[in-house]
Amino acid sequence: MAQYSLIVDGNAHSIEIDDPEMPLLYALRDELGLNNPRFGCGLAQCGACTVHVDGQAVRSCITPVAAVAGRTITTLAGLGTPEKPHPLQTAWIEEQVNQCGYCISGWIMTGAELLARNPNPTDHEIREAFSDLICRCGTHNAALKAVKRAAQQA
Amino acid sequence: MIVNEAPALSRRAFLSATGALVVALAAPAELAAAAESRPFGRSVVRPDKLSSYISIDRDGSVVAYYGKIDGGQGLETSIAQLVAEEIDVPWERVRVVMGDTGLTVDMGGSTAGNGLRQGGSIMRQTAAEARRLLIEMASKVLEVPAADLTVTDGVVHALADPGADPKKRVSYAELIDGRNLDAPIAWRGLAQQLTVKVKAPLKKPAEFKVIGKPMPRRDMPGKVFGTLQQCSDVRLPNMLHARMIRPSVAGAVPLTVDEKTIAEIPGAKVVWIKNFLAVVAEKEWNAVKAAKALKVTWSESKPNFPGHEKLFDHIRQAPVVMRSSDPGNVGAAAQRVKGSVEDGFKQAVRILQGEYEYPSQSHASMGPACAVADVRDDSATVYTSTQKPHDCAAGIAELLELPPEKVRAIWMFGTGGYARDGQGDATADAAVLSKHLGRPVRVQYMRHEALAWDPKGTATVNRSRIGLDASGKVVAYENISKAFSMEDCNTREQHPADTLAGMALGVPLNWRPAFGIPGNSYAFDNARWGWEVIAPLMDRSSPLRSTHIRDPFGLPILFGSESFLDEVAVATNSDPMEFRLRYLKSDREHELFQAAAKQYGWDTRPSPRNDQAHADIAVGRGFAYRQLAGTFIALIAEVRVHRDTGVIEIPRLVCAHDCGVIVNPETIRHVIDRQLVYGTSRIMYEEVSFDENMVTSVDWLTYPVVKMNGVPKSIEIVLINRPEEPPSGAAEMALGPLPAAIGNAVFDATGVRLRRVPFTPERVKAALSRA
Repeated sequence: MAQYSLIVDGNAHSIEIDDPEMPLLYALRDELGLNNPRFGCGLAQCGACTVHVDGQAVRSCITPVAAVAGRTITTLAGLGTPEKPHPLQTAWIEEQVNQCGYCISGWIMTGAELLARNPNPTDHEIREAFSDLICRCGTHNAALKAVKRAAQQA
Repeated sequence: MIVNEAPALSRRAFLSATGALVVALAAPAELAAAAESRPFGRSVVRPDKLSSYISIDRDGSVVAYYGKIDGGQGLETSIAQLVAEEIDVPWERVRVVMGDTGLTVDMGGSTAGNGLRQGGSIMRQTAAEARRLLIEMASKVLEVPAADLTVTDGVVHALADPGADPKKRVSYAELIDGRNLDAPIAWRGLAQQLTVKVKAPLKKPAEFKVIGKPMPRRDMPGKVFGTLQQCSDVRLPNMLHARMIRPSVAGAVPLTVDEKTIAEIPGAKVVWIKNFLAVVAEKEWNAVKAAKALKVTWSESKPNFPGHEKLFDHIRQAPVVMRSSDPGNVGAAAQRVKGSVEDGFKQAVRILQGEYEYPSQSHASMGPACAVADVRDDSATVYTSTQKPHDCAAGIAELLELPPEKVRAIWMFGTGGYARDGQGDATADAAVLSKHLGRPVRVQYMRHEALAWDPKGTATVNRSRIGLDASGKVVAYENISKAFSMEDCNTREQHPADTLAGMALGVPLNWRPAFGIPGNSYAFDNARWGWEVIAPLMDRSSPLRSTHIRDPFGLPILFGSESFLDEVAVATNSDPMEFRLRYLKSDREHELFQAAAKQYGWDTRPSPRNDQAHADIAVGRGFAYRQLAGTFIALIAEVRVHRDTGVIEIPRLVCAHDCGVIVNPETIRHVIDRQLVYGTSRIMYEEVSFDENMVTSVDWLTYPVVKMNGVPKSIEIVLINRPEEPPSGAAEMALGPLPAAIGNAVFDATGVRLRRVPFTPERVKAALSRA
């Protein structure tokens, strides 16, 4: 057993795991009991497990816990709250983007990272940022609109 | 009206806990009532009591018990609108309980976009009846005739003066005082056929205050802030995680299992019952690792499949086991005949025919199926995101050999699935494991398993034939779809044979030849719509067992029939919209076509354009139409075809949409917009590939779906509201015309006809080079 410290959504946690190769996704869901991110593929092909590690969007389903120990991890629930929402979360609700919402961590966490480095992205830049995400309900265009709305309001 | 003195405490206790995890709050009182529910089919909750649909809390808020589910398309929000409208309380004060078999009447689950058409109608009528009975009660309390009373925000008062004498006002909360609305409800039919009849009239469109208003989706904030607990988030005390072990050759069964290969993985154990094989562990990651590490030797299995490239030849050549004209096919399954097709073709001076191929497709849900089961000695609770929880509970009861009333399926939000996906299989797997281990078990499939083993959409060869007279008028029409059955795997997992777990435990495949005909309204004088079903490729546990997938009849059949009508319009030198309108009689259809044409800026002319022979990028527009169950859709696609690469861009889709009364214009726009993106994926990208032994499309690289660069750039939706018509559904109807609209646009641009979905660049390029 090895011990790792994780800083998740502003809280420090210490977890004991038997396999340092265990992906971060399982630590967040099983050790810390978070409901987001979600398991979509385990292959970094879809984005449903996306979190920020030191501000960068990372696919937690293939990121070993050992690689992120001590770094700052933010999940969708830590990005903003109903009381203090991230502008993109506000825009997401205003645009009523989602249907099932299973993919949502991928889109909002990737979009938030984009806005952090590029507060006024063009349509093309948003498409590029979202180019490797999957949503099976077809919310792609709505997600693009939400990013533009958030950029305009920031 | 009788008011029952004993409130359903278990139900109230449960409801106050919604939003939190619903553990150990099963409602034994309601489940125990099941013995007397036998006359009500599988409904544990009696359909003949008003309180089974509507209740009023002590604070005057209303609870609507909706036996269907919300697959992410906003039904929860719209049902609250219908109930608020009819019972006259603010929308915010209506709570909707969905798809819990211990709390809701069996409404047959969500299917065919009937969430509002059937379920909404039931909820609206029972809410109106509750209002009527509450006014009757108030009439006695206030000593004012019922006819002189009305309701504002849950307060009954005299019609004349809402704000006046407090002695002439009484609230629902005061009237009910926490008791049940224990009045009888006239009902008939079971599950998907359930309807109710009430004395109360429904409100007229002119009176609508909430119906027709854009309301924000209730589930949205919980999803956006990551706080909504979905099915995959259920964590029960003492719960184990499981992963299923499936063969890499379809039909193979485990012969030996080497448990030593997972001995090093903490807590990992094998569960092997007949051909059912799984691993479990305390930690999910260890279950994942064990599933990968476990060494199994499998039996030899003969190759079962033709391989996907030979699939359509197989369908063409396979003997027909049932035709739509065979006796016993009724309703949507029966062939539809008008006049005499034989006589019509004899009159024809010109006969055209066309054949189109639609592939097998996976549900390919965003999240692999997931379920949690807690099986005890004499009862079971399953947490599932199946679309049909009442079917699911019945299937689990039979599988576990428990009385049906002892199994409760609690539906929870989950990944979007759209029809008979893998959720029912995962729920059955979890139930078998939980029973065997005596502990709650959570099963989630891996990505490869979700794509390889979910029941698949039916591959179809669609043949159309038309006879024209000398004037170019259609005098004979025939459309025949030849395919695998829509029920290699029953669309409702109500028996063990309908699930992988049941078959692994030895129950044979519950195969039934079944197909259907999509609605249509073309008035050809002599016409026949029919189908031919062939035998399944395997007699059990097939990764290619065919079933319903979103718009099961529309996409494969209308791809053929609406592309073929375009061919006929071309052959008669007609504009494709104008050609269709000659055979459509209803004003609704003519107004619909006009609305689409106006939005697009349609110029009336035949296809193809013929002015782009040397253009690198050829631009075209295509049209397709469908009517289903009272929903009318006219769809125009614009495409840009890149001749060098075969890539088709879709800059514009215009969808004119009439589905009767619009309950929530905001959700309906979103449902259509997202649906057309989803449909683009089905048509441009998706096809299950397989070799002779097994499905080979097992991840998002081998089963590609639409991504950001492939979505239609502009989707313009024109809604036509018909307040006097019932809501006829919008969840999947716009999909059916999409493949033909795109294919017809490609023809308009290039003069080349696409006859097989998906329209991949390789296939488009090949078709262009053949031209």
